Amino acid sequence: MTQTNRLEGGQIDRNTSLSFRFDGRSYTAHSGDTLASALLANDVRLIGRSFKYHRPRGLLTAGSEEPNGMVELRTGARKEPNTRATTIEMFDGLEAYSQNRWPSLKFDALAVNDMFSNFLSAGFYYKTFMWPAAFWEKLYEPIIRRAAGLGSLSMEADPDEYDKGFRHCDLLIIGAGPAGLMAALTAGRAGADVILADEDFALGGRLNSETFAVGDHSASEWAAQAVAELSSMPNVRLMPRTTVIGAFDHGIYGAVERTGDHLPSLPAGKPRQILWRIYTQKALLCAGATERPIAFENNDRPGIMMASALRTYANRFAVTASQRVAIFTNNDDGHRTAADLHAKGVRIAAVVDVREDAPSSYDYEVLKGAQVTNTKGRHGLSFVEVSLPDGSARTLDCGALGVSGGWNPNVHLTCHQRGRPVWNEAMAAFVPGADLPVCMSVAGAANGILSTHGALQSGAEGAAKALDLTGALPDLPEAEDAPIAQTPFWYVQGCKRAWVDQQNDVTVKDVKLSYQEGFRSVEHLKRYTTLGMATDQGKTSNITGLAIMAEVAGKSIPEVGTTIFRPPYTPVPIATFAGRMKGQEFHPTRLTPSHYWSKERGAVFVEVGNWLRAQWFPLPGETHWRESVDREVRQTRASVGVCDCTTLGKIDVQGTDAAAFLNRIYANGFAKLAVGKTRYGLMLREDGMVMDDGTAARMAEDHFVVTTTTANAVSVYRHMEFVRQCLYPDMDVQLISTTEAWAQYAVAGPNSRKLLQKIIDPEFDISNEAFPFMACGNVTVCGGLRARLFRISFSGELAYEIAVPSRYGDALMRRLMAKGEEYGVIPYGTEALGVMRVEKGHAAGNELNGTTTALNLGLGKMVSKKKDSIGSVLSEREALVEPDVLRLVGIKPLKPEDKITAGGHLMNTDGPVDAAHDQGYVTSAVYSPILNSNIGLGLVKNGAERLGEKMRLVSPLTDLTVEVELVSAHFVDPEGERLRA
Amino acid sequence: MRYSGFRVIKEALTGHKGWKPVWREPEPKAHYDIVVIGGGGHGLATAHYLSKVYGQRNVAVVEKGWIGGGNVGRNTTIVRSNYMLDGNEPFYEFSMKLWEGLEQDLNYNAMMSQRGIINLFHTDGQRDAYTRRGNAMILNGADAELLDAEQVRKEHPYLNFDDARFPIKGGLVQRRAGTARHDAVAWGFARSADLHGVDIIQNCEVSGLRIENGKCLGVETTKGFIGANKVGCAVAGSSSRVMGMAGMRLPIESHVLQAFVSEGLKPVLPSVITFGAGHFYVSQSDKGGLVFGGDIDGYNTYAQRGNLPVVEDVCEGGMALMPMIGRARLLRMWGGVMDMSMDGSPIIDRTPVEGLYFNGGWCYGGFKATPASGHCFAHLLAKDEPHPVATAYRLDRFQTGRMIDEKGVGNQPNLH
Amino acid sequence: MIINHPLLGPRDASEFTYLGDAALIDRPDWQAENAADAFYEYGYLRDNPSGEHQELWYHEAGDRSWLVVTRNTLTHEISKVELARDVARARGRSK
Repeated sequence: MTQTNRLEGGQIDRNTSLSFRFDGRSYTAHSGDTLASALLANDVRLIGRSFKYHRPRGLLTAGSEEPNGMVELRTGARKEPNTRATTIEMFDGLEAYSQNRWPSLKFDALAVNDMFSNFLSAGFYYKTFMWPAAFWEKLYEPIIRRAAGLGSLSMEADPDEYDKGFRHCDLLIIGAGPAGLMAALTAGRAGADVILADEDFALGGRLNSETFAVGDHSASEWAAQAVAELSSMPNVRLMPRTTVIGAFDHGIYGAVERTGDHLPSLPAGKPRQILWRIYTQKALLCAGATERPIAFENNDRPGIMMASALRTYANRFAVTASQRVAIFTNNDDGHRTAADLHAKGVRIAAVVDVREDAPSSYDYEVLKGAQVTNTKGRHGLSFVEVSLPDGSARTLDCGALGVSGGWNPNVHLTCHQRGRPVWNEAMAAFVPGADLPVCMSVAGAANGILSTHGALQSGAEGAAKALDLTGALPDLPEAEDAPIAQTPFWYVQGCKRAWVDQQNDVTVKDVKLSYQEGFRSVEHLKRYTTLGMATDQGKTSNITGLAIMAEVAGKSIPEVGTTIFRPPYTPVPIATFAGRMKGQEFHPTRLTPSHYWSKERGAVFVEVGNWLRAQWFPLPGETHWRESVDREVRQTRASVGVCDCTTLGKIDVQGTDAAAFLNRIYANGFAKLAVGKTRYGLMLREDGMVMDDGTAARMAEDHFVVTTTTANAVSVYRHMEFVRQCLYPDMDVQLISTTEAWAQYAVAGPNSRKLLQKIIDPEFDISNEAFPFMACGNVTVCGGLRARLFRISFSGELAYEIAVPSRYGDALMRRLMAKGEEYGVIPYGTEALGVMRVEKGHAAGNELNGTTTALNLGLGKMVSKKKDSIGSVLSEREALVEPDVLRLVGIKPLKPEDKITAGGHLMNTDGPVDAAHDQGYVTSAVYSPILNSNIGLGLVKNGAERLGEKMRLVSPLTDLTVEVELVSAHFVDPEGERLRA
Repeated sequence: MRYSGFRVIKEALTGHKGWKPVWREPEPKAHYDIVVIGGGGHGLATAHYLSKVYGQRNVAVVEKGWIGGGNVGRNTTIVRSNYMLDGNEPFYEFSMKLWEGLEQDLNYNAMMSQRGIINLFHTDGQRDAYTRRGNAMILNGADAELLDAEQVRKEHPYLNFDDARFPIKGGLVQRRAGTARHDAVAWGFARSADLHGVDIIQNCEVSGLRIENGKCLGVETTKGFIGANKVGCAVAGSSSRVMGMAGMRLPIESHVLQAFVSEGLKPVLPSVITFGAGHFYVSQSDKGGLVFGGDIDGYNTYAQRGNLPVVEDVCEGGMALMPMIGRARLLRMWGGVMDMSMDGSPIIDRTPVEGLYFNGGWCYGGFKATPASGHCFAHLLAKDEPHPVATAYRLDRFQTGRMIDEKGVGNQPNLH
Repeated sequence: MIINHPLLGPRDASEFTYLGDAALIDRPDWQAENAADAFYEYGYLRDNPSGEHQELWYHEAGDRSWLVVTRNTLTHEISKVELARDVARARGRSK
């Protein structure tokens, strides 16, 4: 296939020939092309379909503001819908497909929508599809959904890597056009740390698209020289292919670098894109301007493009959209396009200029005071109709029409912190307002300075001012200094269907209808018509819509208002924001000291927060998890079992006020706890609800070791620091989290002491007399290794917890197993732990659900009224101490084999089963191999007074009704004899 | 003007010349029976039910900007009634029923789409909590289903079942839940209220409450004083500011919740999905965009914008749950100011000032409540007693200890 | 956001955990006659200003200092950062 529309010159590399496919057909291109320029070179004008009417769509622009030219890029799991052809850097083997059409781009069945466009006006959804009522869900909505949407996802997991990074600089320059380059030269030469970022792969901005001179060079050569100088500066970092997407608080900018999108495939381990957080002292926005269209009848045909885009394609990419081009303009910039194209040998059908006093040309015809009134061509432009000032009409044969309605400064990033742009009457455009994000200033066309000289100068001045440079500014190269005068001309009067937002199919009439129906504020206009809500966020359409609204409302544009722009500047893949945090890397994984040993033993693991804990340890022949868990419970209660409880939070509390501090933290008293003793501690939130429970062991007069639940380890520590620093700043107490410093094991069961006696060095007496229930102390194990021993029990058995420095955790587990062989020691996991604590009636996570008080949990008496402690006052509010508040009870099915469901609700034996008669709910349910029965814990209204009562446990969700009896929560060893044995 | 099939066809064929403004633009009268502050979803719904159900025709809604510009136009459009606690579930189920009849009630298509919601769980503890919740829903007359992992996989095969850090163990489903077109909800209520005689006054900011001898006499506004027998405040994120004019401090903090939408895509998600191991929930709009969100930014703010860490956190959750969305592009992010209450549940109540009523504390769940909130607030304003499904939403419940704390995180608003 | 930690210099706000209004330092006297009301107001009522707000941030991923940050809730501008312990002492808290 020959590139019939390829011109001479340009900044492409003609020595490389790349092949690519679009909709299955093969074409060739050059390095330096975009998919858009390559398609035009190959005379492909029809690229897609519009959102609502499925009208044929071609390219409108040459940049990231493109609303129309969207494709599905790449194939398989790497398929990327809605990708702008104008921003796709050409690579060899590129594959792209048109989208939002069926069965083919040329014949799209839904183009029938266009014939019914009268019915599909703005807001039509809201007035219809309501009859009959049931049809909306069943018929209308499914049809709408299938028709809607643009490209499609592959439905496969994105296989690429993404990364995140942080960068710091003195000055972030956003945009590398004339203003940005000059700013970077100024700041770079002064020695500042500079980042210069530009979304394009070629730095230079519009300089690469123009033919005029800068200094002694062509504009693009000057840009290349500037880039070369900047590249040589160690203090300047150039970031091409990097879009600054948002201005966030305190000088933090988000930027997306496309490190791999221009490559046929990614090198192994390299990211496709990187999300940068750039921390900067100052930012200079040099984002340029976007040319704005003029709306006229059928202005949406493929081939009708922005005049500046035609110029870019010709000058930078050496491509023309057609061999015969017309221009429709209201300003001198349109004439530049005509002149440049003419110089490249493209036939100019005419320049249609709305101004009576438009400049003339010797090279082509200029129709002054004329307007384009209609266009023709089914899949691409074939001719335009023009009305002349004398009322006569002309027809111009042309395959492309360049439209120029003037330029809008790219103020987007100035709005990201709710700053509002202001209307500049002279240039009839919004320019940055006074209320810029902190540390941001604006230069060049983005600031409404629409000449090259002005851009260079404001770039230099902007950098100097941002950095407080005192020396003379660098010499500026000579450049054109003819700011474009802009007189507004928004749309051609009398048109019937003239597009404002080409992607979403919003026409001039829709804007007027919006006004007619009372949707008159800018936001109503936007939401009612969907103007500016498409993937281009209205970069080429918002102002036109606003202007039309202002006209029909008889107001000025600033009176009607402006919609502010939100991040991101251009759309960003969701995967880029996620970076590496996906799959197994979504959260860090914390491993217990016995993890590898447990793995060797074939343990089944469970996620507990970020921890992985052994859930049970199946033995060969055990086919169901219950077999393993039942065995672990039985063997622990019969002899001895070991459980890794390292995940419990551990906090060292030291200082002369340590006891007084804990007295405030815990609802129960700690002041009188003897050294060498441990006490169960109940911690309330200030609102009186139970926050956490655990133990505090007094290792010395001024030293406690506090444990927390696994789930609350972080929040309890934070809370204790709050109390220490914010409430009692003069207490002599220090806190440090030691959760990860100590490996800790529960050794439980009647033989636990015997086992530990084989581990703990003989000089430490741990007999029942010397080391009774709730004792604690420092010991050594295995011949001198320091350890902490606590005689505490969660299982209800004679039990200890022993802690050694973490790095010895694995060895200690192996030693315990080896030494315990004679007792048949077994490891037990979190399931058996859970069974035993329910058997014992200990509250845990399911009961400490943040809405339970000490009274609810049967621990009301622990809340001391004799001292000040967090939560004690608010725990006495009237509704929290009413007689029928929920109380913790045990629940036993009348038939032991009947299953109990946690989350089931409890109802009286008689009476209705509904919410009004709810008596409470089951918090935890297990099978007890000791009682040979299913058992549970629950919270029941006034439950403590209702033991022995029969109730119905209902779980309609799981289709279950069971007769149960309320019993004491202490199923096993209610007197605590085993604990003290 | 009533919308009908006939009307739609007639207008289409005659160039849409006959459509009238959906609401009038009246100047405020000197006095109304009831003035509702706040032309958002809840304020407009209140006006609709006041005028249509409770026969109150001398009503005004005053709005500082344009109607529907607050959270009703900024949310992720989810409608559901899957609450656990007795104080909440009957109210939200009442709301669900109003949603189900809303289009016919309003003669306006708010595009309620009962696509269902699934709340995924990843731990046994979560399953137990969802079981309790699902049972509470059914016991309150709502619908709920519990799916195991295989059933979830059948309905949502694109979720991450093979490489998940926190494997999906199942989900709680409410089939009647779904989404609605948020702007249209505001417009539909406004249109109906206007048709029933309510004055909707835009660009009219309340600058003060005129209170004499403990009684509220009306509102001072940028369009002058407007007298009222009763004043109802429904201003979401601005609650503290407006009630502060009456000298009240509220159990509320204002926080920003960010929301996100992707570029339009052909249908991929059959229902609303919430991740149970991270901050991420998502649905797909009728236009094809993935509408998603996560946690609030977490600091007090009145700025309708957030910061990058939460954007990243939400997208990480999305990628962890459904890695097939990786190449979909995030198109737009925005923020709304949430009136985060101290227990995560709302307030619809009288205040210590006679004639002044308060509706707020909706946290980031106000959209689904819009019809019921309006209905119940209208009931309170019209009859001076709470609607039976909203009796728990008392202002003094924190003093008496009757919190309605679904999450169990207590008096820290940014955790709800 | 960036919080200029008085001991450590500028730090990204994501290193911190937010609690709320710095009035939480002013915990009432549990023995006062009106303790129930005072604790209710302390626990539940907030000024929630739009504008300058003194608030508590905890350097969770850092040195574990609690800070009182004076920040504008409309603009997010931070005008002052202090150690909460110093503020607490200045407000008369001790043991």
